[in-house]
Amino acid sequence: MIDVKGLKKSFGNHDVLKGIDEHIYKGEKVVVIGPSGSGKSTFLRCLNLLEEPTEGTITFEGNDITAPKADIDAIRRKMGMVFQQFNLFPHLSVKENIKLAPVKLGIMTNSEADAKAMELLKRVGLPDKADAFPKQLSGGQQQRIAIARALAMNPDVMLFDEPTSALDPEMVGEVLQLMKQLADEGMTMVVVTHEMGFAREVATRVLFMDDGVIAEQNEPKEFFANPKNQRLKEFLSKVL
Amino acid sequence: MREWFYSHYLEFLHDFNQSFIEDDRWLYIVKGLGITITVAVGALILGVIFGVIVAVIRSAHDQRKHKKTKDLGYYLLGILDFICKVYLTVIRGTPMMVQLLIMYFVIFASSTNTTMVAILAFGINSGAYVAEIIRGGIMSIDAGQMEAGRSLGLNYIKTMRYIIIPQAIKNILPALGNEMITLLKDTSLVTVIGLKDMVKGALIIQGRTYQAFLPLVSVAIIYLILVIILSKLLTLLERRLRESDRR
Repeated sequence: MIDVKGLKKSFGNHDVLKGIDEHIYKGEKVVVIGPSGSGKSTFLRCLNLLEEPTEGTITFEGNDITAPKADIDAIRRKMGMVFQQFNLFPHLSVKENIKLAPVKLGIMTNSEADAKAMELLKRVGLPDKADAFPKQLSGGQQQRIAIARALAMNPDVMLFDEPTSALDPEMVGEVLQLMKQLADEGMTMVVVTHEMGFAREVATRVLFMDDGVIAEQNEPKEFFANPKNQRLKEFLSKVL
Repeated sequence: MREWFYSHYLEFLHDFNQSFIEDDRWLYIVKGLGITITVAVGALILGVIFGVIVAVIRSAHDQRKHKKTKDLGYYLLGILDFICKVYLTVIRGTPMMVQLLIMYFVIFASSTNTTMVAILAFGINSGAYVAEIIRGGIMSIDAGQMEAGRSLGLNYIKTMRYIIIPQAIKNILPALGNEMITLLKDTSLVTVIGLKDMVKGALIIQGRTYQAFLPLVSVAIIYLILVIILSKLLTLLERRLRESDRR
């Protein structure tokens, strides 16, 4: 579904990604872990071109999205993204947050989007917050709305950039629960996170990034039980 | 004491009569008020349109500067950005009155529609200041908002229009209000191109009656009232826009 070849990204003289080749298959739940500054967020953000790769190609559903002629807006409609800081639109109500993109892009009529928004709000367990504004909600609730907003575009893959890192500990659970539910429904997911429990439980594959490369990857059981890379061993001993 | 008051009262009545009632001179002020408001509103609309366009071009250019792909759009944006910078420099670097005179006597020397020339001159001037205010507002919005909009598949213009600008407007309303007030008062400069606004009306009355006090003070009071009304409207608008900030 997503094919990454020779992906490199540098900011000025600082090389963040030093050559990544990876393939993400339909239905996979790939969890990316690694120390701060290892490039895992940059890798994720390159997948929907929020960061422009310095080198390499990314192919999504058969289209080279790094080609100069690629219609990146059309491609992004099929890739939902959830941010660490939620990034809800503070001037719009919860329902309007969800409806904005489908309506303004002419994909749904206002009433269709309305129905879709209510359905999604039920799915994320917040149907009574439709008319609230983002600031009136807790962090966990905001992140669940952000997930609903991304789902409104019916994406084929969901990208999560440390979705629980900005949350109070007691709110992490509700967001992970929702993500798990999403995974069970068969959504293809790429998740950058520090939640090892989530990786163990939900991932079909775990990637360990260190210093701009994927240093090790495996299915979760083997990954946590028998790490081979020295840096991964150190990393796991610190976080587990 | 009473007689002193009485004589002054009579004097005031006489002056008032002479300044405003005789020959229907109050019409100079009222018609002038119409011109003042026409020029101010026209220039305001024009200024906001210019301002938004220039601000969006400048912000788009700033955000794309670090991109490595240099396609046609990149160079086009560079040229537009350069034009905007020249516009800002020239307009902000020269006096309003000189701009007005140049517009009237040089650029539109053949035009007979003085009001339109005034609206254009003030609109172009105001646009430069509004542009920088709006650009400041756009920069004040967290980069995550643009990313969130783009990640949903909205293009740059749509994200600006539906997500960034509405939030930016809220933040810049006080500064924008200031600019509107300045604009309203600056329109009194149209006197120099012979447009009969309120100030010109007062000067005409003064010329006819040799009375300076009443015409000029009443014009000052009318400006003051206009500015107070404008400020109140802005406060109301601000409060409405802040609704989503309630906790």
